[in-house]
Amino acid sequence: MLTNFLIADHRDCDALFATAENAASDGDHATASTAFAGFEAAMARHLSIEENVLFPEFEARSGMAGGPTAVMRMEHEQMRAMMLQMRRALDGRELDDFLGLGETLHILIQQHNMKEEQMLYPMCENALADSAQALLERMRAY
Amino acid sequence: MNAGLSLEQAPPLSVPLRFFLSAPLFGLAAAGLLLWRGPDVLASRWSAGALALSHLLALGVLSMVMCGALWQMLPVLAGVRVAQPRRTGALCHSLLVLGTLTLASGFLGAGQNAFRVAVLLLGLGLGAFLTVMGHALIRAPHAQDSVRGMRWALLGLAGTVGLGVTLGLGHGGLGLPLWRWPLTDLHLAWGLLGWIATLIAVVAWQVVPMFQMTPPYPLRMRRWLAAGLFVLLGWHSLAVWRGWPLARLPALLLALVLAALALITLRLLSRRRRKVADVSLAFWRVGMRALLLASVIGAASLLASPTAAARLALAATLLFLLGFALSVVNGMLYKIVPFLVWLHLQQRLATRIEVRHSIVLPNMKSIVPEKRSRQQFALHLAALLLLLLGVLLPTLLRPAAALWLADFALLEWNLVQGVLCYRAECRHIDHYR
Ligand SMILES: [Fe+2]
Repeated sequence: MLTNFLIADHRDCDALFATAENAASDGDHATASTAFAGFEAAMARHLSIEENVLFPEFEARSGMAGGPTAVMRMEHEQMRAMMLQMRRALDGRELDDFLGLGETLHILIQQHNMKEEQMLYPMCENALADSAQALLERMRAY
Repeated sequence: MNAGLSLEQAPPLSVPLRFFLSAPLFGLAAAGLLLWRGPDVLASRWSAGALALSHLLALGVLSMVMCGALWQMLPVLAGVRVAQPRRTGALCHSLLVLGTLTLASGFLGAGQNAFRVAVLLLGLGLGAFLTVMGHALIRAPHAQDSVRGMRWALLGLAGTVGLGVTLGLGHGGLGLPLWRWPLTDLHLAWGLLGWIATLIAVVAWQVVPMFQMTPPYPLRMRRWLAAGLFVLLGWHSLAVWRGWPLARLPALLLALVLAALALITLRLLSRRRRKVADVSLAFWRVGMRALLLASVIGAASLLASPTAAARLALAATLLFLLGFALSVVNGMLYKIVPFLVWLHLQQRLATRIEVRHSIVLPNMKSIVPEKRSRQQFALHLAALLLLLLGVLLPTLLRPAAALWLADFALLEWNLVQGVLCYRAECRHIDHYR
């Protein structure tokens, strides 16, 4: 349940990313900029849902504060830094830089998502089974 | 339940890189052999030269990269960390390098002792690799499709190594030479299908939807492909071994399964959401078209007259190794190497808190320039086409070998550029004030 919600959110972010990237590769700066703004907002929301709702709950219930979630938080920071650089490239109309950074960010996100979808979310699902419904409400409302 | 789960980012960079950088050098050796010995090498699939060539490619190039990549992928896919990655990686790598060279020298006439040493080195090296990876995969806390698929691939490698060791002992004068023919055939089938095709299929359904944003592979395929391949492979092995009737049926079905894998992948790629056409995509497309063609030609070889069958089987094997597996592996290298370089630079930068916001790291497309990888793709395609023509017109084989030399040299050059970029950036990060 939690897993499905978060996976769907990953796919939504991916779609926005692809739109921005496709527009940038066509040289369509305006569309790229709008789509990328959508991507930035969706990512910001997704990352903070995990950091402020899911991870604290999981850390408290499983007693694993320095383990898997610490690595996930670090990767979130890497993503945020990349997105800032991409925004700067886009505003400076450096579309080649934007695309090169985008390729890097894309792989970073995908390998991160894979770890979450295949390992971390199922673990959360196990550890938080009894409060899943309430947690899902909080995530939806975030 | 969660003991041993590790979501850490990556083993030390040197672990996968030593495998990746060695691979094109074995490609150079294989191409050099074809250039030196000429058309005789490919006169028959079982000639000594052809065996040296195929092992340089299958062990030295393909298995080399695949082993290196597994070291990298296991933490991401299965959440398990391999103990002592630096030491075990270096051990497996050096045994694989030395063993492959000794084996090739044995096929080229270095005598029985070369085979004995090669069996020892490769048995130990690949045995250690199988032990380390197998142990990690058995412990994997969440057995997803990909983990299960990788277990099958390792089983395929184990079968291939087992048959190879038996054959190698035979060449070394320590076995039963009578068994050689059916065992050689089975060794080839297990290596190509049980190990190489199975691993690539598992990797494909992980990375194709991810990298290209395609719809996922059909669930039924992810669940049953690897197991199905092994049922057919087992049936084929028993049929060959015991002389069962309809021995060709499982082989035809295997060709059908591989053709389906190729067609589904090509269809998914045509429905990708990302429109940026990178060089990796070009390699995957060529690879899957080659797999489709190899399956058709391989199936035709099962039904053709004996003389035509030998040529067709040779063409199918070459297409499989160089057209399918090498293309996919090559395409993956252009994703993995720049990303790993970037990732390790990023981690190094993160330790220098006071300057980490003042340094801008190169992005993937400037670590290995797209222009150079495009050139290498063009060489790869030309070399492949000329080689296939060479199966029909053997005078073309030497020019084809020259193109392969250039192709592998440029691949090595491109990968080395990535490493040099890493070194330069490391110095920059360490000395930045
Ligand atoms: Fe995350």
